Amino acid sequence: MTVLILGATSPIARAVANEYAELGHDIFLAARDRDEAQRIASDIAIRYEVRTTAAAFDAVQTGTHAELLEHVEAALGAIDVAVLAFGAMGEQEESQDDFASARRVIDTNYTGAVSICELLAAAMVERGRGTIIGISSVAGERGRKSNYVYGSAKGAFTLYLGGLRNRLTEHGVGVLTVKLGFVDTRMTFGMETAIPVASPEEAARAIVGAARNGRDVLYYPRFWRPIMGVIRAIPERLFKKLSL
Amino acid sequence: MTNWVHRELAGWGRFPVIEDARVARPERIREVVDALRSRDGEPVIAHGLGRSYGDAALLRDGGVILSRRLDRMLSFDAETGWLRCESGVSLEEVIDTFLPRGFFPPVVPGTQYVTVGGALGCNIHGKSHHTHGCFGDHVRRVELLTAAGEIVICDRDHEPELFWATVGGMGLTGFILSLEMQLHPVESCAIEMESIRVENLDEFFEVSADSGEFTHTMSWIDCVQTGASMGRGIYMRGRHAPAGSEIEKGAVDRLAELVGQIVDGRDLASNLWVNRVTMRLFNEAFFRKEPPGKRTSVVDYAPFFFPLDAVPNWNFLYGKRGFLQYQFVTPSEAAVRECLDAISKSGYASFLAVIKEFGDQDHGGLSFPMGGTTLALDFPNVGEELFRLFDRLDEIVLADGGRVYLGKDARLSRDTFRRMYPEWEQWKAVRDRWDPDAVFQSELSRRLELCA
Repeated sequence: MTVLILGATSPIARAVANEYAELGHDIFLAARDRDEAQRIASDIAIRYEVRTTAAAFDAVQTGTHAELLEHVEAALGAIDVAVLAFGAMGEQEESQDDFASARRVIDTNYTGAVSICELLAAAMVERGRGTIIGISSVAGERGRKSNYVYGSAKGAFTLYLGGLRNRLTEHGVGVLTVKLGFVDTRMTFGMETAIPVASPEEAARAIVGAARNGRDVLYYPRFWRPIMGVIRAIPERLFKKLSL
Repeated sequence: MTNWVHRELAGWGRFPVIEDARVARPERIREVVDALRSRDGEPVIAHGLGRSYGDAALLRDGGVILSRRLDRMLSFDAETGWLRCESGVSLEEVIDTFLPRGFFPPVVPGTQYVTVGGALGCNIHGKSHHTHGCFGDHVRRVELLTAAGEIVICDRDHEPELFWATVGGMGLTGFILSLEMQLHPVESCAIEMESIRVENLDEFFEVSADSGEFTHTMSWIDCVQTGASMGRGIYMRGRHAPAGSEIEKGAVDRLAELVGQIVDGRDLASNLWVNRVTMRLFNEAFFRKEPPGKRTSVVDYAPFFFPLDAVPNWNFLYGKRGFLQYQFVTPSEAAVRECLDAISKSGYASFLAVIKEFGDQDHGGLSFPMGGTTLALDFPNVGEELFRLFDRLDEIVLADGGRVYLGKDARLSRDTFRRMYPEWEQWKAVRDRWDPDAVFQSELSRRLELCA
């Protein structure tokens, strides 16, 4: 089996790659930082004795996406699982002041994801199997002033994955939407959070477990589902006055 | 873009504790370079899994760079056993990855929860010192981020002085990014072990002299005993077992169980229970569990090499004030006796003491091992009185031409250090040449005045 990890250099992506490699699957690691992807590829090949390949991938360079998928198939065979782990948080204020920054956030998290997902979907539908895992965010559940450009792009991605799942179900292709809360990564390092932070390894185990069980949506850590339930339930006329 | 955050940081002994350390956690090599660049004129030091006991990986008013996320294995040659990996890879990961394929590190310390970078920085030793020397003897190349912000690859031919100063250099020559270490072939994950009850120090030295054919040796020692029973304990010696060996339960498993029982259910925040009475009871119980004479067993590698790893956070059992380990080596047996006598009389005897005879090679620089006998003892931090005992032990060790292990140290004085490590000046000259502005510093380097 072949697993493609897009945005492979993040700690969560790497942890997901490790989980699949431990199951004996070959791993293709694609990321903007190709050298770093190659280091991770070496690491996985050594630890788990599976075949690995690394290549450059930039979500916003949509013109290169088809070529990348050809590269994966040529190197490791048809893609059974594709993990979309890339993303760009940006800075909310920068996104407000400079549309080019906002666009980069939107294009990385959403436009680029649509481009690569449609190509993946077409190939998987043709084979009648496969799984697409989209790593979205709880930030996409409700617009907040602290990160609504990023949040809206992730929200659009979540909505897109829902539609894609609806289309692909009858073709035997699964789509898993992952909504991550706080995971111990660069983003959350040193953050004072009242809510516990999960390790990338724990998150990866949950993600791969959910994908293998054919789940549709995974909140991780799981208590984020009720938390987001509460946040969604707050009436807008109240919510708009909150400082979140 | 380095995210520096403030948090509490301490070594394994939990003394001293830095309340408000400034910490960064690079996720990849490039981010280490960024962290060094963003240090803002302040010194920095690397920090791995935090298993050095004292202040070697701590720094006040400076930046501590955590290496744990730098954990990629970069190449492995199954013919020769050479592994190249980033400095934050732990020995546990190395063993878990390569033992199933028939490889094991020739030198491991008493815990597998150390990074390879830390193992090189302290030039650690283990039960195999008399046969395999130190960790650095099995490392051929180091990739170092120097104070100038350059990545320098050094080995025994290229920049040999920098290589030499980095092995056992306590992280003060630069940030170790990656290294190449050699693993040795083994046939199984089992250890053929003999445990021998020794009634006193004379018997220890006899058994030790008679153990040359064992690759791994060490002894638990009851340091409460004086007089004719001084130095009684359980000598353990072993070697990697041949293929197909069946694992049984041995003395080391029983030790781990015993420690587990003691630690279990105690109030770890209290200093009350680790006292003279419990020490004596523990030592007595452990000694009595081992029947007299010699027993042979085949045990798993983990309890043999890393018995205390089975007890998570055992370092907290000494309470809020933490503990100190005193590990020394002295060339003469007489000095060992003198130290044991002083410890026993002090009444602060610790319940986990280890004794071993080193091989003869001296490793130079700031490396600890030298020909002689090493003894490692834990003491709850009771304050001034304990420091006075340590000063007294320093005198005995110095008079015999011995030294104290920096990887365990939190209190040695500059002058004592200089007399214990006569090569310090030579080492410092190399270090200062690569880091004239003392970019790399630690609380230990400040105490011992090791940097510029």
